[in-house]
Amino acid sequence: MHIANGIVNAQVSAVFAVFAVVALALCVARGRADLDDRLAPMAGLVAAFIFAVQMLNFQVLPGVSGHLLGGTLAVMLVGPWVGALCVSTVLIIQCLLFADGGLTALGLNITNMAVIGTAAGYLLVAGLLRVLPKTPTGLAVTGFIASVIGVVIASQGFVLQYWLGGTTDLSLPAIAGTMAGVHTLIGVGEGLITATTVATVARVRPDLVYALRRFRTRPGSTAGATPSLRSAA
Amino acid sequence: MKRRTWLFIGAGLLVALVLAGVVSNFASGSPDGLDYTARDGCTTNAEGEITGGTCMAREEKDHETADSPLADYGIKGIDNEYLATGLSGALGVLITFGIGAGVFWLVRRRSPDRADSEKGTGND
Repeated sequence: MHIANGIVNAQVSAVFAVFAVVALALCVARGRADLDDRLAPMAGLVAAFIFAVQMLNFQVLPGVSGHLLGGTLAVMLVGPWVGALCVSTVLIIQCLLFADGGLTALGLNITNMAVIGTAAGYLLVAGLLRVLPKTPTGLAVTGFIASVIGVVIASQGFVLQYWLGGTTDLSLPAIAGTMAGVHTLIGVGEGLITATTVATVARVRPDLVYALRRFRTRPGSTAGATPSLRSAA
Repeated sequence: MKRRTWLFIGAGLLVALVLAGVVSNFASGSPDGLDYTARDGCTTNAEGEITGGTCMAREEKDHETADSPLADYGIKGIDNEYLATGLSGALGVLITFGIGAGVFWLVRRRSPDRADSEKGTGND
């Protein structure tokens, strides 16, 4: 889901570049609390793994493929702040070395895949783990659902950017519909990869799964990081 | 850090190297969801070049690093497609791990006390 140069105009691209820089600075500031001697190499591994799996485009329809974005996977393994930094690291390396995703579009791409994709994945995972068990199977189901919805939400980030600064006059509802449709299918693929990966790590090394250590399961048990939509807890 | 954790990191890296270095050659070559949407409305030839119609991709500009030795997940100078894709993928995994782990290690929290007891509360 890497936007190329010229698809969104320079002004809107610049605004999102500034937004991406601010968001990443916040992630560094907040992520440092999570980053200890054990999480730092794990985060490097998560970034390298996401890079590898992003190369594996899978067919979703004749003539249409998709690949993992990785936001939900990163959230579950290393947490939301460091997770967004992992996905951003991948996007920056892909842009600078592999000519994948335009340099002027880097802010747009970081916003969609690293910020929106991770934030949506985080909110969904945090919400789902309030009701689903913190077992490998529970994590797999959580990862699958959060991935499908997270990818569709991230795809609508592009629709917003195109609405603000698209360089061709096209029907926005049509773009939104096509993006949501194909990314629902891509999200299923992402969900399967996320579920398999997280469940595997949870079986081998549960202590390295952020979602097993940090997310609060029961509402009201501790002042947790999970946002509560309930008025009476 | 414990040896057991480094073993896990090493095993994980090995999996990533196999995925990027070998399995990547079996990946679909079709445009991804966004590229498909960007080409919707245009006609393309067998090489995927746009031949007519109105679509987002008509405004697409060249990439700044299109001349990079690793551009488009290949390696400049290696014509064998499988070898080039596999090697550039494996290099990408190592570079990403090196830069990622290096940066995360540099900005990590250095206080020796356990992280679980000092968790900040979230605010959205």
